[in-house]
This record gives sequence, structure tokens and C-alpha cells, in this order.
Amino acid sequence: MLIQSAASAGTNPLAGTAAGWMWAIPLLPLLGFLINGLVALTSAAHFGPADPTAASHAAHGDDDGAGHGDAHAAHASTRHRFAAVTSIVGPGVLVAAFLLAAAAFLAMRAVPDLSAPFVQRYFSWMPVGDLSVDVAFRLDQLSMVMVLVVTGVGMLIHIFSVGYMREDPGYPRYFAYLNLFVFFMLVLVLGANYPLLFIGWEGVGLCSYLLIGFWFSEKANADAGKKAFIVNRIGDFGFLIAMFLLFANYGTLDFSALQAQAGAFVFGGPLITAIALFFFLGCTGKSAQIPLYIWLPDAMAGPTPVSALIHAATMVTAGVYLIARSNFIFAAAPVAGLTVIVVGALTAFFAATIGLKQWDIKKVLAYSTVSQLGYMFVGVGAGAYVAGIFHLMTHAFFKALLFLGAGSVIHVMHEAYHHTHRHDDAQDMRNMGGLRKHMKVTWILMWIATLAISGIPPFSGFFSKDEILGTLFSRADGSTLAQAHWLGLPGTVVIYGAYALGLAAALLTAIYMTRLMLYTFHGPNRTGEQERAHLHEAPWVMTGPLVVLGILAAVGGWFNLPEIVTRALPLGPTGLLEHWLDPVVGAGTARVVGSGGEVAAGTEGLLIAVAVAIAVSGIAIAVTVLKPARLVPKAQASPEQGFERVLNNKYYVDEIYDAAVVRPTYDVSRNLLWRGIDTGLIDGLLVNGSAWLARLTGWIGSQFQSGQLGTYAWVLVLGVLLVLGAFHHSVLP
Amino acid sequence: MNEFLTSIGYMHWVLPMLLLVPTLGAAAIWLHGAPGGPPGDDDVASGTAGAPRLIALVTLAAEFVVSLGLWWAYDPAVAGWQAAFNVPWIPSWGIRFSLGIDGISLMMILLTTSIMVLAVLGGWTSIRRRTHAYYALLLILTAGMLGVFMSLDLFLFYVMWEVMLVPMYFIVGVWGGDRRLYASIKFFLYTMVGSLLMLVAIVYLGLAARSRLTGIPDFSYDAILATARVSHTAAFWLFGAFFLAFAVKVPMFPFHTWLPDAHVEAPTPGSVVLASIMLKLGTFGFIRLAVPLFPAVATNATVRAIVLTLAVIGIVYGALVSLVQPDFKKLVAYSSVSHLGFVMLGIFALTVQSVQGALMVMINHGISTGALFFLIGMIYERRHTRLIEDYGGIARVVPMFAAALTVVTFSSIGVPGTNGFIGEFLVLIGAFRTYPVYALIAATAVIFSAAYLLWAIQRILFNALDKKANFHIPDLNRRELALLIPLLAGIVWLGVYPEPVLRRMEPSAERFVQSVQTRAIAQNQAPAGGIE
Repeated sequence: MLIQSAASAGTNPLAGTAAGWMWAIPLLPLLGFLINGLVALTSAAHFGPADPTAASHAAHGDDDGAGHGDAHAAHASTRHRFAAVTSIVGPGVLVAAFLLAAAAFLAMRAVPDLSAPFVQRYFSWMPVGDLSVDVAFRLDQLSMVMVLVVTGVGMLIHIFSVGYMREDPGYPRYFAYLNLFVFFMLVLVLGANYPLLFIGWEGVGLCSYLLIGFWFSEKANADAGKKAFIVNRIGDFGFLIAMFLLFANYGTLDFSALQAQAGAFVFGGPLITAIALFFFLGCTGKSAQIPLYIWLPDAMAGPTPVSALIHAATMVTAGVYLIARSNFIFAAAPVAGLTVIVVGALTAFFAATIGLKQWDIKKVLAYSTVSQLGYMFVGVGAGAYVAGIFHLMTHAFFKALLFLGAGSVIHVMHEAYHHTHRHDDAQDMRNMGGLRKHMKVTWILMWIATLAISGIPPFSGFFSKDEILGTLFSRADGSTLAQAHWLGLPGTVVIYGAYALGLAAALLTAIYMTRLMLYTFHGPNRTGEQERAHLHEAPWVMTGPLVVLGILAAVGGWFNLPEIVTRALPLGPTGLLEHWLDPVVGAGTARVVGSGGEVAAGTEGLLIAVAVAIAVSGIAIAVTVLKPARLVPKAQASPEQGFERVLNNKYYVDEIYDAAVVRPTYDVSRNLLWRGIDTGLIDGLLVNGSAWLARLTGWIGSQFQSGQLGTYAWVLVLGVLLVLGAFHHSVLP
Repeated sequence: MNEFLTSIGYMHWVLPMLLLVPTLGAAAIWLHGAPGGPPGDDDVASGTAGAPRLIALVTLAAEFVVSLGLWWAYDPAVAGWQAAFNVPWIPSWGIRFSLGIDGISLMMILLTTSIMVLAVLGGWTSIRRRTHAYYALLLILTAGMLGVFMSLDLFLFYVMWEVMLVPMYFIVGVWGGDRRLYASIKFFLYTMVGSLLMLVAIVYLGLAARSRLTGIPDFSYDAILATARVSHTAAFWLFGAFFLAFAVKVPMFPFHTWLPDAHVEAPTPGSVVLASIMLKLGTFGFIRLAVPLFPAVATNATVRAIVLTLAVIGIVYGALVSLVQPDFKKLVAYSSVSHLGFVMLGIFALTVQSVQGALMVMINHGISTGALFFLIGMIYERRHTRLIEDYGGIARVVPMFAAALTVVTFSSIGVPGTNGFIGEFLVLIGAFRTYPVYALIAATAVIFSAAYLLWAIQRILFNALDKKANFHIPDLNRRELALLIPLLAGIVWLGVYPEPVLRRMEPSAERFVQSVQTRAIAQNQAPAGGIE
């Protein structure tokens, strides 16, 4: 049914090519989910008895403590008996999906001047009155880039996971969740309307919940998963309201139909601004921006490849994708654009400061991700949609690499502890040090990623971050953003402020990343004598994907070289990604640019020089100031003092939220609503206040029920038969 | 399929058949007779439960098969009542045995017949005493609920309404938990107060529609809709009477406090039937009677504001109170207050989307909350506790139970891709058009629902497995899987492809919205006379 209706997609030049198979790209991971899920469930299945009451009574007999061994044995590191099936199916579906995506990409490239999106409509999802929501996929240049990133990076992380998770008893369950995640992520980027995008949007959140709490026996992990989902739901509330506003005013939720009405949007009007801001509320949840970023650092409780895939490379960038996809809305709402810039820049800076003082290697990377996402939002907020997507892409490369590298380190640390039966923190950098001698490949690759994220040329991050900051700078003059006002401040001032924050964050980025490298790989080793003997490089199934990501992190800038570079050096084509994405975001960008333009070549060169100088000095500062030799292992470390302690405790934001929002909600619900209104006022006063009536009826009822209760049931049956009899009588005279 | 159904004259006899089959089943159990031992005996252990529950299962399975034909035989394109069956019953009072369905009652009937089969399976081993009486009552209850959904005569509606209340009163009061008597009396009093007022209103309406020639009253729904003329004041009071009867049943805040007690004390199948079907009788009453009969009152700005405010309070309040419940069953009971608030919001927002959404929430709540109560019952049978704090980490012991509970939870939270999303989304997007502020407040429930349910399942399924009593819980058995799989399939089917259901209900929902709006305008313009 699916394929047939898809075949009627019509006259798009892509119909009939490999791109016509785009429906299969998400369905492959879904198939993987079904297989792995079935494996996970059936191998766990031990059917209960037909009468559980009888069984649990019997089981109570042998509750002497010895019997619960099997429940706990599951926790020991025993390989799942169907691990081989999962090892093939899990990554296999991703490889197939990536190959299909690559074929679709080649088909798209073969069509010159492809401007119309290729939309396949499968079936009607919610047709109600004038609301019509279809299950339809839309392949255009933007979704193509996202599909390639998701399946490509996803494939590498799936392969890495084979090495990382193979010994875990929940291995099939892990891959089931991971496959399901990729399915939802692909629905998110391929969906042709907002509700379908929202399926993916919440679906990835669901998988994130399941994977963060993958090792659910630890309360902290289960807490983190729950926190992620609930905080995301606050954002989703905004997403929903934005959709309601769109439908109530424009009568459709379809991307193409809305874009066709973009000309009718009142530029800068309250309606379009509200829509954009509500969507952005959704973004702050999913993409971990102020004020809803708090779930992402906790999300590190999940297995590290999950952090790489979901909480760095793909899911958390969904907000950036959403704004790029909705560029026609945001381009018409400059105040919303400025809000995005401000929040993005503040987040970039704020998260970077916290990253300076974290000891957990994954926490550093988590705050780094929050910070880098801030940059992306600065980009898309400024109407530099290409720059935002470009940074999304390079970030996917280098941050996935950093997380997987950290994963290798943790894996190795963990194994070493396992050998010596030591229980210590395998993620705390104070317990590491000097690992470069033991993990040469990982060390080199992590340095490539560090240089990339710090913005050192010619690594990928330099190009994408520079493009964001450079474009932002150029928006300060003449653009619609510069002419708008934000909380009374002229747009120009806001933009320059955000630019300054962006530079400051770049300095901090270089510092905290160098700190991570120094503490982990350099200086003396602090793992302990016995453990040191067990340190070694991770297996190739793990380092292999790292090497591929390392290459991409190094040369990813090639995808969108700026003119100032290509003019000087024959490195490659200019603005490849910019040309590619132009049919999707070109009009939106032009609307934001307004009467403004590019900065002069001289200024541009100067800006680049400043950015590079800042990155280099950040690294230099870290190298001079930090003394890895003075570090002591976590167990012996003394607590931080003063502002360092504030940073280490993340400005106590979690505690503030807890005291200001969470606790009052529980207290009001328990004491005022439940005990006060429900059982107190309504039940106590109103219902039982007429207690004499109830008691009287109760007395009558008890008389009525004395002894033969069953008899009354039969009287009831009789009554019904009599009623039917009466009816029968009246039909037949 | 349609040809076959036509050839057997299906649409002529299906509705009375649906009432007859369970009644005959109950009679069969009666004829089979009670076991000889004292009434407190464990019939399951002694093997005497076999016959009654088998009769009930076969009867309700047959009932389900009979009703299933409606899915194909019902033609959404045809306006008016279908499968109509109309014979005089008490001619001297103008009461007729008149049955018929539209797209709305179609789905409610199918929901009822399918849930009832599962309800028998759900109590298979947990109902152990007086099984013959229990299964007979369950069958009478089925007939009563179906009768309410298909009655086209107001007097018949009232009779069916009472027929369904009494068995439920007994099911809670006899087979319930420790505080069953308190709960059942509370349930009975609450609903009786409401339904007695409704009876008065129905008699008043029947008299108002009486024939000018013979003076015989007319209780037929269509006649009352067309000819009953009541003054504005009378209409207001009549609406109030219906409102009270239905608001208690829904239940709307602040008439809801019978629900947590009844739910907690009822045996598992009782809770399931209460939540999945009986609550819907209240909202169905609004759609069928209270709103269309008194459109001017129902669309009056003040009345609407009051109802919508109560609905939205119910949504948020129910969710917040759920958050702090230590008893899982009570938590789900309060969550029903929240979900049914969405239905009321959808009905009174009066747009096609919101009404369709309300109907979807009715179906979805029937599936998801029914499944939740089944699951609670299953774990209660094993551990004899409903307190959340008595569990923890049991996903390791009962992985299939955990998987099922997780899926149902996300459906109840309304994650898109599950049925729960469709209903809430349609209600909100429709209500946003007419009442944006109410919709905005109601939409915050997406946050609270995630909070209370995820916190609950975390404390049950996840965290450390640290209580000895939980180490040996057996996982789901095949009977339990057999009853859960249809519900899980429904959750995914209605989430991914709800179009067949929406299509069947749409014309009826559209007619509801339009007729209420046009008739409200007409009534407000024309001065209506009271009873002459």
C-alpha cells in the first residue's frame, strides 16, 4: 500500500530515481528495532503461571534470599545469547539506510537546478474537517543533508556500539532503542509537515528517555531519563502552541502550504513573532538552551555512544533544524530572531564557563555541547541558516568523535578497574592522566577534534564557527535584525553584544577542551599501579569509526569554504553547502539580510585573524596555567573553594529550579489540592457533610444486603427479563 | 463483507441482538445454577468457576463478533440513524423500544464489546467468590451500557442507564477491596442523585413533546428534538438536571470524588469497565442529550465559560493530584479526571476538530486506561499491594510486564505515534480556535502527565530491585498477554492510522456541531413557549 501510493508522487524529476525509495530510509531502522526488540523480549520471556495468585503464594515459601541469585545474576557482565544477531542487524540496517541515503543524494545531485522539494504522500493521518495532516515525507536539500548526517554518523556510532556494548546483558534492548531512535530522527527530518516532524521530535525524546535510563537499576540514571523527558515536554508545550497558532490563523500545518503563504505574514507582527517564539521554546527544550538546558548534562548517565549519537550529533540539533526548516517564519519575525541570538550567545558563554570546572570527562563534553548548540542558534537566529546547518554538521563530526573517544577512554578505564576489582569513578579525569602512552590512536584523534572545536584552521570547526560569527557581525549593519528592537535595545547593539559573547565563549572553549586533553592524556598517570598494566587501546571496531570521524573533523570545512580562502588557496569549490541549501533557505536569508550585505574583505580577514588569535591564546593559556602534574586522584582531592565551587556546582541552577518549581508543585498538589480540596473540602465537608443521609442509606443498604446477596442479582436478571417480556407483550397484541 | 451482511439482514436485527445475547448469557448462567457450597468459597480453586466464566467468555466473544459487522455495515455517508429498530413498548405512555446508531455510538459500541471480552479475561483468576453471580452481573452490565449507547427513546435511555448502574454497584460492593462498602455507597449515591434529576427532566421533556390530539407523551429522541418546546428558564433547569447526571458520571471537577474510591475498591474488571466505558457514558450523554437538546443553554456564554473552566480545572487539577498519589490505582483514577476534562473541553469548544478529538480521547482513554488497570490488576494479583513504594526495579524480574506498562504509559502521556496523542492534539487544536486561553492552559497537561506517570513507573519498574518480596514475581502469562496484545495493537493502530475511525465518526461529529450552532441561533431568536 505504501509503495503504490508513493509511486504516484507525480512530476518531480526525482520520481523514479533512488530518491523515490526515501520511505525505506526510516523503515530500515524501524525493522531493526522490531527484530532487536523481539530478540530482547523473547529471550527474556519466562511465562508466568496461569494463576499468578497461586504462584506468588508458592514463591513466598522460598524467599530465603538464596533464591534471588538469578535476578542479580542478570547484572553481571554476561554476553547475551543472541548477541550475534544483534551485532549484524543493529548496525546493518544503518549501513543499508546510509547507502540508500547516499544513492538518493547522488540522484539529487544529478538533477540540475532542483528547486521544488520532492514530496511523497503515503496516507492521510489526521483528516478532520478543514484540518488535513498527511503522513508524507519531503526530500529537499536540507532534509538530504540531515539524512546523510543522521545515517552516516549514526552508522559509525552503531558500529562503535558493537565494541562498547557487546558484553552488556541488555545488548539487544540497547540496539532496539538505538535503531528506534534513528527511525524517529529520520521521521523528524523527513516529515513534510509540523505534526509529522513532531512525531519524530517526541519520538527521539522517548528513545532518549529509554537510553539515558538504560541501566535503570541505578536511581540516578532513571532520574536523569525522567528529567530529560519532562524538561523536553515543557519545550514541546511551546511547539504545540506554535502549531495551534499556525493552524488557527493559516489553516494548514504543511511546510509547502505555509511557505506559500509566507508573503502574507505580517512582517514583525505579534502573531508571527509569537509563533516563532513558541517554536523556539520547543528548541530550548530539545536543543538544551537556557533555560531548559539542565537535562542534557544529566543525560550523560546513558551509555557513551548514546551521548555521542543523541546528545551531541543528532537529536539535540533538532532545534537548529526546526528553525532552518521554519526559516520563512523566523525571517518574518526579527524580534524572535534577536531572541534566538541572545539566548544562543548567552548559552554558549554560560555553558562554557561551567565546562571549565567539571571533572567528569563526559560532563565537560556535555556542557561543551550545550555551548556549541548555542553557536548554532546564534547562526540560525541571525538568518545564517547555512552557517547554522554547517556548524551542526561539523559539530556532529568532531563532537561525536570526542564522545566516542571519551567512550574508548571510559571503556578502557572500566576494564582496568574490572580486572583489579576496584570500584572507582572511571569518568573522572583526576583518575586518568598520561593515557596518550596507552591509547595513541585515540589520543591523536581526540586532539584533531579538540583543534576543530577550538576553531584552529584548517580544521572543520574553524570554518563553521567563523562563518557564524562573521555572518553575525555583518548582520549588525542594515539587516532587518539590526533595525528591530529587542527589549528596547537596538538590534545592532544586541548583535555586537552577542558577537562579543561568542568570542568570549570561543576563548573558554579552547581552554576547557585543552584542559580535558591535558588532564586525560598528558602528565603523569593517576590510575594506580595495578590498573596501569591493563590500560590499552580500544579494539578496532571502536577505533575504526573514530578514524573516519577524525578525517571528517579534520577536513569537514571543505564542504563550505569561504570565498576569502578559496581566492587565496585552491583548496576546493566555494560555498558548496551554501549553494546546495539555497533553494530551501535562500529566500529566508535574503529577507533577513534586507539592505545589509557582506562585510568588506579586509574586515573579514581581520575578524578571522581575531578569532584564530583567541583560539590559539585559549590553548596557550590552558597549557601554561594548568598543571596536570599537581592533580591528585578523585578520592584524595579536596573540595573546591569560592567561585570554582560555584562553577563545579553548575551555578546551583538545578537546586534553584528544584526549590522554585519542583518542590512547590509537589507541595501544592499534595497539601492544598489533594488533602485540602479533594479529601478535605469536597469529600469531608460536602460529601460526608451529608453524612446522616449516607449513613441512613448505608443502614438501609445493609438491611437490604443481609444474607442472600446473590438472590438480589437474580432478582435483577428477572427484572430485565420482565422488561423484555413487557416489550414482547406490547409487540404481539 | 457488506454483501454478506446485507444478505443476512444484519442491519435489521443487530442492535436488539446485541441486547439479547448478553441477557441470554446471563439467563444461561442462572439456569446452570450456583455451586452448592457456601457463598464465600473459592470457586476458582474448587473448579466451580469454570462454567459461569466460560459462558460469559463465549457470550461476550459472540457479542463482539456480532457487533463487529457494524464496522463495515455502517455507512458514514448516510445521514440519520442506522440499524434502526423501533417498536412500541408502552404505547399508552408514548414509550417506544427504539434503537439506532450514528458514527459516535458505533465506536462506543465497538469499544464496549471489545473491552468486555478482555474484562472477562482480566478477572479470570482474580474473581474467586460467587463467580456465577459476578459473571451474570457482568453480562447484564454489558447489555445496559450498550442500551444507553443505542437508545433513541429517552425513557429507554433512562431504563438502560439504571440497568447499568445496579450491576456495577454490586460488582464494587461485593467483589471489591477492603473499603468496598463505603466506595459502592458513595458511587451509588452520587450517581443516583444525578440520575433521579435526569428522570424528572426526561418526563418533563416527554410531556412537552406530547401529541396535541391525543395528549399522549412522546419520549422519542427525534420527536423531542423537533417538537418539544420549553421556555428558556425551563431549558436552563432541564439542562442543569442533565448536566448534573452526566457531570457526575464523567466525572467533572468537583463531582469526581466518588471515582478514586470506586476505582481503588473495585476488582480489576470493575475498574476497567468503569474507566473504559462507564465514564464515557457521561460524556456520551452530553453529546447525545444535554447539548443537542438545549443548544441555546449549552452555547450560552456564561454556561460555556463555567463548563469549560471546570473542564480545564479538571485537566490540570487531576494531573497535579495524580502526581502525589502513593497508590498506583488511585493515581490512574485521578488521571482519568484529567483525561475526561479534555473530552469536556472538546465537546464544549464545539469545533469539528475538538469534537472529533473528544471522541478520540473517549476511545483512547478506554484503551489506555483500561490497559493500565489491567496491568495494575496483574501486578496486584502477584504482590497484593498497589502502593508504588512497595515496588522498584521489577523491570528486571518481569520484562514483558515492564515493556507493556511502558508502552501503555507513553500512550497515556500522549506521545505522538500512539493513540493518546491524536485525541489530545485534536481537542487542543480545535479548542484553540474558539477558546485559545482555555486550550493554552489545558496544554500544560502534556507536562504534568509526563511527570506523574514517568515518576510512577520509575518507582515501580526502575531504580534498584531492593525489596525481597519482588524478587520472584512471575512475568505475564499467556492469558494476560492475550488480553494485552489487542490493547497494545490498538494503541499503535489508532496512533498511526486513525483515519478509518475518524472517517466513520466525522459526519456525525460535523452534524453535531452544526445542528447545535444553528439551533442555538434559532432558539435564541424565536421566543419559545413553555408547556401549554
